Amino acid sequence: MVTIFYLAGTLAVIATLLAITQRHAVHALLYLIVSLLAVAVDFYALGATFVAALEIMIYAGAIMVLFVFVVMMLNVAEHAMEVEREWLKPRNWVGPSVLSLILLGELAYCTATFGSTPSLANAVGPKQVGVALFGTYWIGVELASLLLMAGLVGAFHLGRHAFAKEERQHAADTDTALPDSGGDFVHTGSRGTSRAA
Amino acid sequence: MCIEIMLNASGLAFIAAGSWWGQPDGQIMFLFILAMAAAEVSIGLAFVLLFHKRQAELDVDAASELRG
Repeated sequence: MVTIFYLAGTLAVIATLLAITQRHAVHALLYLIVSLLAVAVDFYALGATFVAALEIMIYAGAIMVLFVFVVMMLNVAEHAMEVEREWLKPRNWVGPSVLSLILLGELAYCTATFGSTPSLANAVGPKQVGVALFGTYWIGVELASLLLMAGLVGAFHLGRHAFAKEERQHAADTDTALPDSGGDFVHTGSRGTSRAA
Repeated sequence: MCIEIMLNASGLAFIAAGSWWGQPDGQIMFLFILAMAAAEVSIGLAFVLLFHKRQAELDVDAASELRG
């Protein structure tokens, strides 16, 4: 377990350094996801299994996918095909693949030796965490729910204006576009008939 | 993204400390950090999308006006 901890820690440091130094946002995000997975393995090695699962599900699964989604949405370019062909070169995906493969090896090792190896330190189970969370720290849970509610309302407020503006723009576009497309259709139709004649 | 890295580093420190002393407080602190990061990310990404729509670029230096 000590070996797994240090291996995953080294992987996390390497992946984080690569995530900081990468110039392309998507590459940096991929390295950051690998780094989060390595940190999750660290949590598991420390005996915090519940938090390791939460790290993978919420951080790597939800927050990072949100990041990737937004970056992909903002990256719409004319020459997207060439850019994607450039990204699919081995130079670009071999780094995260190697790091992820090492993590996969660690996962296979943990699964193979499950229950037989003791954890690094004295483990804290999910039950203890739940009892303390809803016993001693209940006010923190309430405050976290308030914070999440405020985040929800804020994100909705930011998105509402943009959405209303886009709707208006779209309505104006369709109003002007309809006669245009009709004229274009007639034009192409006449060209087709002339060519047939 | 750098904020995420820093939050993760502090979370790892919390988890390690909680594991060292055998207390669940470290994991609870990490749960709070997780909730805070989720709220912060949703607001930040909504703001980035709005900024991109309005300015058609992502340069932070372009955001130099309070009311553009």
